[in-house]
Amino acid sequence: MKVNYSFSEAIRMALRDSMLEDETVRVFGLGVPDPKGVFGTTTGLNEEFGANRVFDIPLSENAVTGVALGMAMNGLRPVMNHQRADFAFTSMEQIVNQVAKLDYTTNGVFKAQLVIRMIVGRGWGQGPTHAQSPHALYAAIPGLRVVAPATPEDAYWLLRQSITINDPVVFIEHRWLHHIRSEIDLQKPDYGIADSRTLSQGEDLLFVSFSYGIVEALRAESLLRTLGVNATVLNLRSLSPLDERRILDLARKIRRVVVLDTSHSKFGVSAEISAILSEKLDKPLEKNCLRIGSNYEPTPSAPLLAKNHYPQLREIITTVINHFHFKLDSEKLEELIRSEEGSNIYFDQPTVGIVGPF
Amino acid sequence: MNSLNQKSELFQDLYMKMYYIREVEELIAKEYKSQLFRCPVHLSVGQEAVAVGVCSALRMNDKVVSTHRSHAHYLAKGGSLRAFFAEIMGRVGGCCEGRGGSMHIFDKSAGFFASVPIVGSSLPIAAGIALAELDVKQGNIAVAFVGDATIESGQFHEALNIISLFKLPVLIVIEDNKYSTYARKEARQSKNLSVEKIVEGFGLGYLEGNGDDVESVFQITNDSIKDVRDNKPQVLRFETFRVYEHCGPNRDDDLGYREVGEVERFLERDPLKIAETRLQGDSCRKTVASSQELIKRNIEVVFREVKTLPMADLVLAK
Repeated sequence: MKVNYSFSEAIRMALRDSMLEDETVRVFGLGVPDPKGVFGTTTGLNEEFGANRVFDIPLSENAVTGVALGMAMNGLRPVMNHQRADFAFTSMEQIVNQVAKLDYTTNGVFKAQLVIRMIVGRGWGQGPTHAQSPHALYAAIPGLRVVAPATPEDAYWLLRQSITINDPVVFIEHRWLHHIRSEIDLQKPDYGIADSRTLSQGEDLLFVSFSYGIVEALRAESLLRTLGVNATVLNLRSLSPLDERRILDLARKIRRVVVLDTSHSKFGVSAEISAILSEKLDKPLEKNCLRIGSNYEPTPSAPLLAKNHYPQLREIITTVINHFHFKLDSEKLEELIRSEEGSNIYFDQPTVGIVGPF
Repeated sequence: MNSLNQKSELFQDLYMKMYYIREVEELIAKEYKSQLFRCPVHLSVGQEAVAVGVCSALRMNDKVVSTHRSHAHYLAKGGSLRAFFAEIMGRVGGCCEGRGGSMHIFDKSAGFFASVPIVGSSLPIAAGIALAELDVKQGNIAVAFVGDATIESGQFHEALNIISLFKLPVLIVIEDNKYSTYARKEARQSKNLSVEKIVEGFGLGYLEGNGDDVESVFQITNDSIKDVRDNKPQVLRFETFRVYEHCGPNRDDDLGYREVGEVERFLERDPLKIAETRLQGDSCRKTVASSQELIKRNIEVVFREVKTLPMADLVLAK
């Protein structure tokens, strides 16, 4: 069966369907049962499943993460929710020292089957402590899975798979994806939690990305296609583990690789992919792997500072063209970029219709 | 059997468990220089009465969460000596197959859910375990042993609030040996700090006891647990004393961090000594002596066996 959901509805339906399917699932976090329901992703769950299964928590992120771990050790499947990934930094002790270590230390006798949802903010002045995407930080910790959905179908199935799997999963959820709507196949997919997916086919260029980076990659892909450059877009879905095999297979064929990160590119996912490509390809790429991310600085609040902080479509396209020396019609290119930018002058909203605060 | 006999039998049992733990720990201390125990050890010598008094009041299905000083808790909860020795000697058959060592003793089968050597982090985990017990409704509880420095950690306060808010069946046992490594409590806690007021401020029950008196620890725990099983969480604080150094097999009184005479004063009130004076009657003493012999021999047998086991190695792993 196919349904048409927004990304946030997909999250809500994944939580709901998981709770219907498995009585041990618990959903909690600051704001989970409140009128706004974590941007609509938990709305109605409290009413449907009761305060025993869906509840608010004290403002004690570290301790509550420990509580989630204890619940998991004793048979429950907790889903802990953070309205911003930034808030989860207070729980690094429990996540890094306890959650990530449990399965290994106990030789698999205990499983930390829990999900930590972290929402990544962007735009409308979120600033230094409400717009970080710490996916690489968690991916650097063995014992944690890190997933980062891009489409409503990813959101639904990755969350279902994260709740079912007997590993701790950091679920990175970009705020700028919540409104996006598309079709979801509710037939259980034949791909797993760690599988990447190809979203478009092209022999000239390979975009590797995840989360909101996929939206940007697809915009760049469609624009470049009009000008005769055909790109493949690889949606990673899982950042730890990485789908190394698929990345290498596609890189071997296409030989021009761009990694688009939703954070800065230092010490991160793009650095890891670039290292994998340089270590494991028997034949070098046609050009070195290109990495595009935000500036290596805290995120500014003011719209035009933030515009400069994140790679915008124009920058992505021109960086790619310059790096790979694509010869394109520059007038046509300018026209296409302008038309894609439309009336967006501040670049601090996911689309012109969506205004803050969010 | 009359209640007096029952009482004396229970007391003998408490004493024998303390004796057993003391002998195990002394063996580790004695053998440590042989380098067979290849991990840091935080010995429990001097603190046996709290571990034994508390764990003897528990059911098999109650879940214990411990700290870096986990040996006495694990053995008192009924953990396997063989799995314990194997774990801290890096041999096959350890309770974590060599992945944890002395500071990370986990044994689900013994209801020993974790040893958490990051001070404070054990409490929320115990709270989560207890929260899951609410679902099962079998009246089992979670017990968290913590040291006196835990009160200084943020998670102590976070966990107390959570435990109180959700009415979780948690018993927190504070083993107050006055030192956090070498730092005295006076250097770490405001002299106005009152654990009792903090605990009661969060709405939990609070009792203090003499941590050298195993009978009294058992009695206090046994009484408190009834409330805990009724989802009225409790905190117990017992003053106790660690004889050996913070970490390792030696006495470290030459370092001068404890005041002159402190160790001697403690050795006067050693929990085993106190208990021994209360073992009454010739027949009782005879039974105890023969049990001691058995326990000692058994510890040596297990130790010898584990010594011959292969080292835990990737080659042997499944």
